[in-house]
Amino acid sequence: MSALSRRVFLQASGALVVVVAAGQASIAAAPGAAVADLPAVPDPTQLDAWLAILPDGSVQAFFGKIDMGHGLEVAIAQIVAEELDVALASVSLVMGDSARTCNQGGASGSYGVSHGGRPLRNAAAEARRVLLAAAAVQLQVPVTELTVRDGVVSVTAQPARQLSYAQLIGGRSFNTRVEWNKAVGNLMDVKGQATPKSRDQYRLVGQSLQRRDLQGKVFGTLPFITDVKVEGMWHARMIRPPHAGGHVQSIDTASIAAWPQAQVVHQQDMLAVVAPGEWMAVQAARALQVQWSADGTRWPGHDGLHAALRAAPVLRREEPLRRGDVDAAFAGAARIIEAQYEWPLQSHASMGPGCAIADVRDGRATIWTGSQKPHSVRDGAAKLLGLAPEAVRSIWVMAPGSYGRNDAGDVALDAAWLSQRLGKPVRVQYMRHDATAWDPKGPACVHRGRAALDASGKVLALDFTTRGLSRVDAQFHEADPRDTLAGQALGMPSNADLGLGIPGESYDFAAKRLAWEVVAPLQARYSPLRTSHLRDPLGPEVHFGSEQFIDELAVATGHDPVAFRLQHVTAVRDKAVIEAVAKAAGWQPRSTPRGRKGRDGLLRGWGIAYAQRNDTVVAVIAEVTVDPATGRVRVPHVSVAHDCGLVVNPQGLRQTIEGNVLHGLSRVLFEQVQFDSETVHSVDWASYPILEMADAPQHIEVVMIDPTAAAPSGAGEPTIRSVPAAVANAFFDATGKRLRRAPFTPERVKNTLAQQSSKRNTR
Amino acid sequence: MPTVKFVLDGQPVSVDVPADTPLLYVLRNELGLANPHFGCGLAQCGACTVHLNGAALRSCVAPVSACEGQRITTLQGLGTPEHPHPLQQAWVDEQVPQCGYCINGWIMTAAALLASTPRATDAQLREGLAGLKCRCGTHQSILRAIKRAQARMLA
Ligand code: FES
Ligand code: FES
Repeated sequence: MSALSRRVFLQASGALVVVVAAGQASIAAAPGAAVADLPAVPDPTQLDAWLAILPDGSVQAFFGKIDMGHGLEVAIAQIVAEELDVALASVSLVMGDSARTCNQGGASGSYGVSHGGRPLRNAAAEARRVLLAAAAVQLQVPVTELTVRDGVVSVTAQPARQLSYAQLIGGRSFNTRVEWNKAVGNLMDVKGQATPKSRDQYRLVGQSLQRRDLQGKVFGTLPFITDVKVEGMWHARMIRPPHAGGHVQSIDTASIAAWPQAQVVHQQDMLAVVAPGEWMAVQAARALQVQWSADGTRWPGHDGLHAALRAAPVLRREEPLRRGDVDAAFAGAARIIEAQYEWPLQSHASMGPGCAIADVRDGRATIWTGSQKPHSVRDGAAKLLGLAPEAVRSIWVMAPGSYGRNDAGDVALDAAWLSQRLGKPVRVQYMRHDATAWDPKGPACVHRGRAALDASGKVLALDFTTRGLSRVDAQFHEADPRDTLAGQALGMPSNADLGLGIPGESYDFAAKRLAWEVVAPLQARYSPLRTSHLRDPLGPEVHFGSEQFIDELAVATGHDPVAFRLQHVTAVRDKAVIEAVAKAAGWQPRSTPRGRKGRDGLLRGWGIAYAQRNDTVVAVIAEVTVDPATGRVRVPHVSVAHDCGLVVNPQGLRQTIEGNVLHGLSRVLFEQVQFDSETVHSVDWASYPILEMADAPQHIEVVMIDPTAAAPSGAGEPTIRSVPAAVANAFFDATGKRLRRAPFTPERVKNTLAQQSSKRNTR
Repeated sequence: MPTVKFVLDGQPVSVDVPADTPLLYVLRNELGLANPHFGCGLAQCGACTVHLNGAALRSCVAPVSACEGQRITTLQGLGTPEHPHPLQQAWVDEQVPQCGYCINGWIMTAAALLASTPRATDAQLREGLAGLKCRCGTHQSILRAIKRAQARMLA
């Protein structure tokens, strides 16, 4: 029997279950489970875990990632509305609630649209297919004779005959299985029988649509994580060791007698002050006198850091890219070019310190978190509290931008632990010094670039090694309490892993070796200098070295830096962005520095850098000015050529790119964690300065290359990786001197300008 | 505990709190506002900015006692979706915020700046906004929005 007749048969038999084509999926048209009754941990194999049509016909999509303000919310809603053929306004998203969304890995690796959107797209397409099949039965026409518009299915030839999605299923479950690829996190995907639309069928995707979180932000009504209030909650502030390797020795509780309601909560090195009022907690935490012991840990200090990295034993070395016989090329080289570069420790320094509210009672926990990976908070808290993951619900609430593994995961586990100890809801908000001094840091590293040239100046081999602190000394999520301050303060060993990264490029040198080497952390555990993911992990760090080195090769061999890159990149898309950015910036070829002092007394120069990241490729040209009198480096103009495949929302993309540029400029010009042998001195915005308005560019030009047929590949991070090297190369163009150490502080700039000539192999 | 009375977004309010409590904590806790925000508590970032009689004030370091009898305006009092301040409208038009946690600082400071210097140049704007932080790097959009609002206000 044909699919259609089978459906009709079933309907005629009175069973209100509609069996669709292959017979495996069904809509329970008879009263299905109310949407609210769905299980506490969603099952990815159920269409209902991804989408619901509410009684009024509006669509709720369950997204296991979150939107920190890149416009991901509207991009995902666009995708869902597109596939379902409903109005964008009727789609709302539930994001990052562990009881209502599948674990898609939270915000991660700029995968929001490319990976995060995939199961939603497939689920929405499948939902449309199921709804159409149901409508076909009820309207008694084949599916091919139906049209959908704004959530209303009508018979194409007789538009008056129609059924809305609300009528078809509103408020009831789909009860339809989808095929889950068994992946958790970024790669999680599901497929139904439906094929999603092809690009030429899009009417919503590709348009710049207004974000929907803006009104609440602009008029001050949108609650952030800091605004969550739970009946009866207490406030806590954490107290951390003031010096390297400090342990709690004794606590003088009399020192907070002025606040009789305030209490000290303490176990091993976990130490907090709690109070019924927030200001009370802040004051008491400041006043509390603690004796700390020292275990002899000593750090190298920020000035000794890079020498220490060079001297430290290598715990792990990887050569992810190896081609040709590099060593033989060096052995036979007519000329060897070599240079080293240094990158400091950097802080996430989020705009607002971490905050979380936890309510742990009766063997269950609810945690409100600003972590960009709320499902990891669920898993980490469950382990810390000794509860099953299903007993813990982690709810993401809008938070200050996090840019990787900032302090939001740590504070969530602190709050959970305190709430369990006290048996009441607890809100913890870190102070500024907690956020800047104690967040997991972006790793410091040293890079060594070497190139072997033949007598004609041709590059025979490239050998580039990054050595540094691990990007996963603390994991990039808090799913294991050993990776959090709470776990480590309570005596758990660290869960440190060893990893760094290599440049993303397509240079054609016959022999090539791109390697990384990781050394031991500066302190084994419970350390303010632990390292983890900071926006585009290792991207700005590595390319600061690798793309400066390419420039050095170009200059050493008498080539223009743009022409040299075009001559040697092999990927077609790489060539395209380099050409596009050179055109946009009006690049003037040069094989030696062109910088000249202008009438304003400033040296002016231009520099290029480019990099791949996953499937995205970006090229950046920066124009810098250097004031020889003050050492101030400014970047008045930046041009970016950006290819991230399909552009879902151009305006959102432009702003994401601009944010990348600003963050990259801040990191190369201003940011470094300052510390000595036992104390972290970067504790606030005065001691950890970042870029401010005076240093924002006059103009950022963005060229978006949107190659047909390429899937969206992510934009949250790729641009930032080329920004530091573009600035460094422009600095060279302006001054004729190489500055191989970030950040470009005025003092360092003046010292560099005072050097006689540009010497390789030195800083 | 002393009672402090002031006018908040046009409404008289009175709170009983220790006199040295920073205004920010009073606004957020006792008075239940979902903004302004705590960013540093050190007058270094602007996330807590409100107006005291029309001038920008970092509420994280201002003791509530200093507000006695004064007029405090927050972002919510500056304008509403029905009657937005030109800066708020421009912030929506330019889709400025990323996370938006910094927003009080920029809008409230710019509002005070444009009120006192309606024809502020690019350089004056940049100088007048010194000290404010935006970790998401939305500076380009912020400047576009302020200039858009400025043009509207001068028209
Ligand atoms: S919170 Fe007041 S200036 Fe930062
Ligand atoms: S938008 Fe996030 S700090 Fe400004």
